[in-house]
Amino acid sequence: MNPIGVLCLQGDFREHLQTFESMGQETIRVRKPQDLEGISGLVIPGGESTVIDKLSKSFALRDPIIKHIHEGLPIFGTCAGLILLADRLKDAAPGQETFGGLDVVVQRNAFGSQVDSFEEDVDFDGISHSVHAAFIRAPIVTEIGDGVSVLAKLKDGRVVGVRQGNILGISFHPEVTGETSIHEYFADMCRSANFSSNN
Amino acid sequence: MTDKSNEKSTPLVKRGLAEMLKGGVIMDVVTADQAKIAEDAGAVAVMALERVPADIRAQGGVARMSDPDLIDQIISAVSIPVMAKARIGHFVEAQILQSLKVDYIDESEVLSPADYVHHIDKWKFDVPFVCGATNLGEALRRVTEGAAMLRSKGEAGTGDVSEAMKHIRTILGEVRALSAKSEDELYVAAKELQAPIELVREVARTGKLPLVLFTAGGIATPADAALMMQMGADGVFVGSGIFKSGNPAARAAAIVKATTSYDDPDVLANVSRGLGEAMVGINVSDLPAPHRLADRGW
Repeated sequence: MNPIGVLCLQGDFREHLQTFESMGQETIRVRKPQDLEGISGLVIPGGESTVIDKLSKSFALRDPIIKHIHEGLPIFGTCAGLILLADRLKDAAPGQETFGGLDVVVQRNAFGSQVDSFEEDVDFDGISHSVHAAFIRAPIVTEIGDGVSVLAKLKDGRVVGVRQGNILGISFHPEVTGETSIHEYFADMCRSANFSSNN
Repeated sequence: MTDKSNEKSTPLVKRGLAEMLKGGVIMDVVTADQAKIAEDAGAVAVMALERVPADIRAQGGVARMSDPDLIDQIISAVSIPVMAKARIGHFVEAQILQSLKVDYIDESEVLSPADYVHHIDKWKFDVPFVCGATNLGEALRRVTEGAAMLRSKGEAGTGDVSEAMKHIRTILGEVRALSAKSEDELYVAAKELQAPIELVREVARTGKLPLVLFTAGGIATPADAALMMQMGADGVFVGSGIFKSGNPAARAAAIVKATTSYDDPDVLANVSRGLGEAMVGINVSDLPAPHRLADRGW
C-alpha cells in the first residue's frame, strides 16, 4: 500500500508517525500540497484546531485537502482532527473554518478546562478489546446526520467516535496511549479504498 | 487490566496537553484584546500576565501572580488554552490559579521567587505545570517535583536569543552526553546532575527528555523561533517579542508560520518581510548578574 500521509503543521503528528512506524506502515509528512500526491490516506492529528485551520490556509493546503476528501481519500482525525472534519461546529473561534466531510456537529472543548481532561477505556465498534483513550480538552459529537455511524461512546453515552464513508473521526488520542488498534482500523480502511489521487 | 473510567489529572493527561501544543507558539498577553489578537494570529495558547517581562525588567519591584479578574477576562476572551504564572515556590498562588481553572501553571523565574530553597510540590495539584530550566539537572529536578512540561529559560524580556540558545544547547547536549555513557557511569552522572538515578537512566536509555521541551526567553523574530526549532525545541514561548514590537498581529502570525516551516528557508524569508520594528532589546552581556532572571530557580 502507498504511504499514509500525516498532516504535520502543528500538534502531535510525531506520535501518529511513530504509531504507524511501529506497525510497519510507511508514512509521509504532509506540509505542502505536493505531499498529498500518491498517499493512500491522511491523518489530521491532535493539536489546536484554530492553529491547524490557519496554517492549512497559509500553506495552501486547505483547498487540496477538501478536494481529496470529496474524491474519497480515506481520512482520520483525532481530537483537533475531528473538529476539522466536522461540517458544523459549536463554540468555534471567530472566523474558524473546517475542512468538513462528516455530517455532524462537533462541540469544541466540551468537557471544560484542562483539569477536566481524563482517561477512560472505550468500546469501539469493530475492535474486539476496549481502547485506552486520553481525552485532552476534548471535543464531542453532539448531532449526527444520516449516513454517519457511531463507533464509540463514553460510559455516559456521549459520542466520541464516528465514521461516514472513508472519513473517521474520534475525540481522543490513541497515538499518545500506545494504542495501535484504531490506526490498524484506519490502515484497513485505506487498503480497502485503494485510493489513487491520479484518478 | 482494570477498566478505567473518567480518571482525571493523571500524568498522561497532564503531559498530554503539552503534546498537543507541540509545533506551536505560546504568547504572553496582558489584556483580553491582546489575547484575541494572539488567538487570531495562530497562538496555540496564551500566557496571561499583568506585565510582559520587558516591563517587569524596566519597572523593577516585586513581580507577582496576576489579578484573578485579568485572568478570568482572558479565559473568557479566547477558546485556546490559557496559562498563567505563579512565583517559584508560591504554592498558594498556584492553588488560586488552579481554582481559576487555568489550563497550565508556569512556575516562573520571570516573577520574583517566593522561596529561595524549594519549588512547588507539583504532584499535589490537578492542573499541570510547566517549569523553566537552564540545564538537564535542573530540568530533571522539576520532573521529579511533578512538572508536566519543560521550558528552557533563556533571558526573558531582552529580545536577545543568545541565552535561549545557550540553555537549549546545554539541555539537549547533556541528554546526548548521557546516552553515550555506560550503565555504571550513570551513578556519578546522577550525582553530578543532582537528579534521581531512575530519571537519569530513563534519559540515557531513550536518548530524550521525559517531557515536552519548549524554549523561551529572548525570541523576537521568525528567524529566532526557527532557530530554536532547528535546535530541537518542541515549540516556543514568545513573551515581550510580540506586543513590544511595531506590528504585533503581523509579527505574531509570522512567528507561527516560521515555527511550522522552521526548516524551509524560502518560507522563512517570506514571512520575515515587512514586519516593522522588532522589540528594541537589551544585550544580555550588558545586564549585571543580579538582573538576570535565569539565575532564579535551582
